[in-house]
Amino acid sequence: MRGFLLLLLVFGAALLSHPSLAQARRVTGTVTMSEDGTPLPGVSVIAKGTTRGTQTDATGKYTLEIPANINTLVFSFVGVATQEVSVGSRSVVDVAMSNDTRSLNEVVVTGYGAQSKRNITGNIASLNARDVENVPVPSVEQAIQGKVAGVQVTSLNGKVGQGLQIRVRGSSSLTASSQPLYVIDGIPVTSSDQSSTTAPTNPIADLNSNDIESFEVLKDASAGAIYGARAANGVVLITTKKGKAGKTMFEASAQVGSSTPTHLRQWLNTNQYVELFTEARNNSAALGIPVYSTTSLTNRFTRYAAGDAAGWQAPNPKYDTDWQKEAFQAAPSQQFDLSARGGDAKTRFFISGQYFDQNGIIIKNRFRRMSGRINIDHTATDRLTLGANLNLAHTINDRVSNDNAFSTPMQIVALPPMTPIIDPRTNQLSGNYTLYYNPLLNRDFAALQARVYRVFGSTYAQYQILSGLSFRTEFGADILSQQEEEYYGRETARNTGAPNGLGANSFRQVVNYTTNNYFNFGRTFAEKHDVDATLGMSYQESRSNFNSATGQQFPSNAYKQLASAARITAGTGTETAYSFLSYFGRINYRFNNKYILGLSGRVDGSSRFGANNKYGFFPAASVGWIISDENFMKSAPVLSLLKLRASYGLTGNAEIGNFNSQALYTAGAGYAGVPGQAPIQVPNPDLTWEKTLQTDIGLDFGVLNGRISGSVDYYQKNTSSLLLSVNVPGSTGYRTQLRNVGKMENKGVEFVLTTENVTGAFKWTTSLNLAYNTNKVTDMGGTTITGSFLNRAQEGQPLGVFFGPEYAGVDVQNGDALYYKNTMNADGSRDRTTTNDYNSAEYVALGTPTPKVIGGLTNTFNYAGFDLNVLLQGQYGNYIYNGGGKFQSANGDFFDNQSIDQLNRWRKAGDITNVPQARLLGGNGTGESSRYLQKGDFTRLRSVTLGYTLPKALLSRLKMNRVRVYVSGLNLLTFTNYTGWDPEVNSDAYSANPVNLGIDFYSAPQPKTLVGGLQIGF
Amino acid sequence: MTTKSILSVAALATGLWLSSCSSQLDIKPVTNVSAGQALSNADDLNALLVGGYDALGSVNLYGGNLQRDAELLGDNGEVDWTGTFVAPQQMFTKRLLVNNDQADVTWTDAYRAINICNTVLANLNLAAAADKARIEGEAKFIRGSLYFELVRVYARTWGDGDANANPGVPIVLKPTETLTAADNVPRSTVAAVYTQAIQDLTDAEAKLPTVDDRFGFFATKGAAAAQLSRVYLQKSDYPNAASAANRVIAANVYSLVPTEQVFDLRINISGLNTDETIFAIQNTDQDANNSLNTFYGASEYGGRGDIEMTDKHLALYEAGDNRGDLFYQDEIGAVRTAKFVNQYGNVQVLRLAEMYLTRAEANFRAGTSVGAAPLADVNLIRARAGLAPLTAAQLTAAAILKERRLELAFEGTLIHDLKRTRQNVGSLAYNSTRLIYPIPLREVNTNPALIQNAGY
Repeated sequence: MRGFLLLLLVFGAALLSHPSLAQARRVTGTVTMSEDGTPLPGVSVIAKGTTRGTQTDATGKYTLEIPANINTLVFSFVGVATQEVSVGSRSVVDVAMSNDTRSLNEVVVTGYGAQSKRNITGNIASLNARDVENVPVPSVEQAIQGKVAGVQVTSLNGKVGQGLQIRVRGSSSLTASSQPLYVIDGIPVTSSDQSSTTAPTNPIADLNSNDIESFEVLKDASAGAIYGARAANGVVLITTKKGKAGKTMFEASAQVGSSTPTHLRQWLNTNQYVELFTEARNNSAALGIPVYSTTSLTNRFTRYAAGDAAGWQAPNPKYDTDWQKEAFQAAPSQQFDLSARGGDAKTRFFISGQYFDQNGIIIKNRFRRMSGRINIDHTATDRLTLGANLNLAHTINDRVSNDNAFSTPMQIVALPPMTPIIDPRTNQLSGNYTLYYNPLLNRDFAALQARVYRVFGSTYAQYQILSGLSFRTEFGADILSQQEEEYYGRETARNTGAPNGLGANSFRQVVNYTTNNYFNFGRTFAEKHDVDATLGMSYQESRSNFNSATGQQFPSNAYKQLASAARITAGTGTETAYSFLSYFGRINYRFNNKYILGLSGRVDGSSRFGANNKYGFFPAASVGWIISDENFMKSAPVLSLLKLRASYGLTGNAEIGNFNSQALYTAGAGYAGVPGQAPIQVPNPDLTWEKTLQTDIGLDFGVLNGRISGSVDYYQKNTSSLLLSVNVPGSTGYRTQLRNVGKMENKGVEFVLTTENVTGAFKWTTSLNLAYNTNKVTDMGGTTITGSFLNRAQEGQPLGVFFGPEYAGVDVQNGDALYYKNTMNADGSRDRTTTNDYNSAEYVALGTPTPKVIGGLTNTFNYAGFDLNVLLQGQYGNYIYNGGGKFQSANGDFFDNQSIDQLNRWRKAGDITNVPQARLLGGNGTGESSRYLQKGDFTRLRSVTLGYTLPKALLSRLKMNRVRVYVSGLNLLTFTNYTGWDPEVNSDAYSANPVNLGIDFYSAPQPKTLVGGLQIGF
Repeated sequence: MTTKSILSVAALATGLWLSSCSSQLDIKPVTNVSAGQALSNADDLNALLVGGYDALGSVNLYGGNLQRDAELLGDNGEVDWTGTFVAPQQMFTKRLLVNNDQADVTWTDAYRAINICNTVLANLNLAAAADKARIEGEAKFIRGSLYFELVRVYARTWGDGDANANPGVPIVLKPTETLTAADNVPRSTVAAVYTQAIQDLTDAEAKLPTVDDRFGFFATKGAAAAQLSRVYLQKSDYPNAASAANRVIAANVYSLVPTEQVFDLRINISGLNTDETIFAIQNTDQDANNSLNTFYGASEYGGRGDIEMTDKHLALYEAGDNRGDLFYQDEIGAVRTAKFVNQYGNVQVLRLAEMYLTRAEANFRAGTSVGAAPLADVNLIRARAGLAPLTAAQLTAAAILKERRLELAFEGTLIHDLKRTRQNVGSLAYNSTRLIYPIPLREVNTNPALIQNAGY
């Protein structure tokens, strides 16, 4: 470590010893917006290759002394394209800046700095404010769904405000998190699940998407290596809006709308139910399967029909309840935003406020957010700039139980249709007599609310030490305080086991602070050699405290606070923490502005790493060649850009848990009030980060002056030292040990294409992104990880592969469910004969839960103030396992109401069907198998937005800058063959285990949302 | 910019680097603690031993699922399984799949408890001199009990084939401190596992106190002897079974209580032991493990109501048998046992009535009268149930077994009694492979030294 420090100091000293500046001359000018000619204040004007610079004043004017040997000025401003202008012999240089984001000179945030897109040699996807604003979803990641090549965003289910699954270029971990690192304004933030239930929440939902200026995803090693041990899953850099000098601009917007489910399923009605189950009982009895008598069965029907035989008896049963309908609610949403942006040459500010309120389509589910932000930058002297960002957010999340709870609304579909919603005997909601707990009791008598108070705050100071050399220090804190309050009234006793009410209150605080200190250096030597360099250190510490208390025995539902509980039955308090100490550097060298070499690296030390591996080094190298600037290409002017890039480097995944390397004891082993302890973890001092070596080769192109532009990337990510919770023999007293044993690879191609099909008064732009990825687990150290249903991590297979008995349909003669034996023959083929014995069917690979292809297609049309944006999004090549299948579609195995397709069951010899003979308690085909596996391909009309902006002439009379009205629809259409509720799914009850992918388990469908909105700028 | 200010900025930057030295990477766990901090003195060892009881009381062991599954696997129409949990349903239908998750967690929870006991036994040097024998005895009681339970459910029963050849379960007697290839332990024979259980329990009986005068619920001499009587009875070693049961009775520590007091009929309240309790898993409303309530109890008593009694079972009780009153009809009309109405009630593992019935049966089969004549023991239990005594002529093995069935109904002895007495379960012979758990799929996949049971 000392050696590295010394190196840094020597390097720093070398930078400081540069000779003094040459003679200077004066240049003046005005900077305007090219679109409307208005003067642009606050634009940074820098003599290229030096740090000599200034900013335009409120009228867009500037004056700058530039050294005689410098001939180029760089004009930059957040949100518009940076321009380099040759001065020549001019003393007045006027510049029109453009909002044109296609421009190659656009600035891209890279982590500890920013670079011109032209000079980037890594793969960084960049979105701006317009891509993420006003999408009617709580969290920004949902807003980018389908918009970034190679980034897969999956909502676990249709509950609002829940956790999400984000994958950048496939999953690169089996046990540790595969979620990217999130960095907001330079500060890594808490983004992992903080829920006290198994259903995850998403801490990024605390951020107001409308505060975001740019959203970058660092995808390859050369872009990511500067974040070292935490970059293997990709890094998301979020930059919030900054103030702009000039007249204060106000923007107000409002949006209202409502949501409905994308899809409903069909279930048996009472007559069908009685028919199927009567038949199922008779079949079982005839086969000698221990089963209820006919009387016991009809008694049971009567019991479910609130004690009234007429409730179920054909032909006109009194009760025929559509329970599914009861799981949903009317789901209005609204969103109001107000922001102000302005300042002068010395001080600029951005202030915003938001109220966001979205009701879930599921009963009792709602997400609200109140957010306020102030971002300030102050230019203290021509060398010193200071600034601060502060965001206070309060979110209120009315949650429902996870998918695998009787109380979760969607499990209501299991109730028999002959059960009335209201029990006529009591005129109350049907309660204790129902087949399962009635989730409507939770709707009326229970509440689970998570309230988060979130502070994102950071300050910085940047000092220009010398020409071309600046030092920046940042300090940021992310404080997350979350209170979860639960109350279950006495009516829910059947579910809680608490006869007189149960209340729980928990509090979690995650304090996460970071300091970054780094030098940035940029200089041009001899007009040909451009060097940009960054060198610095960072320290981050995060501490998380949790405590909770549970009480029972409440006098009535009027009392819900724990003070009213006659018995406090549980309480806990825990703490965990981690730290990272890191040194990073990056150097970008350009020769003749055509040949680019990038080197970057980071040394990361962490409290999480085992004693034998405390520090890791993550280097990356990249090269770029702007072919279109070569003389031999000038003869092909149709090609406006051709850039070849290649990168190779190492990044890590440090989400390995805080103390997993140590031998640990838990004291959670007390017994009857006597303190106790027990070992819970065997040590692994070698435990270390996961390593991903990534190669990326890319080509950026622009044709016809940029009217057609895009890029193609090929990448290969080889991950090794994969952290595995390796199964160990149970006879050791442990089930698993975390080890770095596995290897996995992701290979893929990304393709991005933007075309301006029609320009002029009528504009039509098409933007396509497609990503193909294959994932393979190449080494598991001989072990296998099994997930909750059929998911596995297994050598030679993609992560989460569905692995199990292969369903072979139904025996035409007797209605038995059949499975392929699939035992290996001597010649290596598999025995494709069938068996009705589930246990003798070999486990085989049945399909992958991860799509091979994901993509999005955006078409944008503009004409006479109208704008229309249509986004299609899809994924292909994946399978979904319906974990609820053995209950929902089990040919009458138990009393759960059955999906309508179960009526196609086998009934007599010769019947050809895929649904086995109905057998109550017969287990006929109900074992986990490919019977419940389906293809999950879908194409979705993700969003359609139609807007109209009032013409300028009218606006100026109204003294307004901008008025736009719009209507927008989300998930309006879904094209899929999946017969479950929705193909965008991974049940929140199981998602905590990374091997569990593509599971549907009573998971609510996605919402279909329609909103209308108004935006006013003045 | 002056040289001085350059130097000060450089010094500041360097200072910021150096101030963050490596000690900041040394964050100690505080919720769970490192092994070194956890186990260094006598109190630590005591706490570890308590952790062994906590592990023994896991819902997957004596917390109730072992007993539940013994009843479901042995049932022939006396109960209905109406629940949705797949693993117990497979026990009920005697169609266990190789991935039955109860078979999986019962295995690992048992070895987890065994590893705790092994750790206690390897660190006895930390114990205060006065406590050493007791601590050793308690650890061996838990370990011996679990080896006995494991070999009963994962292997062919004693006497079905050659116990010296049939694979039992792996025997591990040392704590796991690191993991090596040597941890792939193969199955010892059924006989070897029985030998280990008997040795542990015999040691335990020798070293344990007659009564637990500290808390009143930890293992005692009587608990070890009672467990030994079960082991010997399972081996059909009647003299030793009678002798062990007799030692419990003769110690005069335990006494029968009225039928309605044997089980905790209170609801929603921390559990109690009775004078009849030899060993029970302790539950409180803060640490509730009564899994028998979970499955047998009605929803109004905090259970899932997954197991109902049928008329076939109720018909077994003679008129006047007050054990026949230990049933109730719940709000949905299902008939359920009242033995497990208290969701926070203790789980009775060993109680005195069983000792009388074991002594009676063992004496009867061996033709002895260790402690008392079989007829006297059986009639003692009948008298408590409010029934007329049997005559000598009425005393048959079947009569003793029926008494045992009614007395211990739903307490987890059913399948084991059927197997040792070679009775069918429905149409399945006592030694059907369908009445033996699979070695968990997870274990077979992980440990290549393990041989799977026939039928899986």
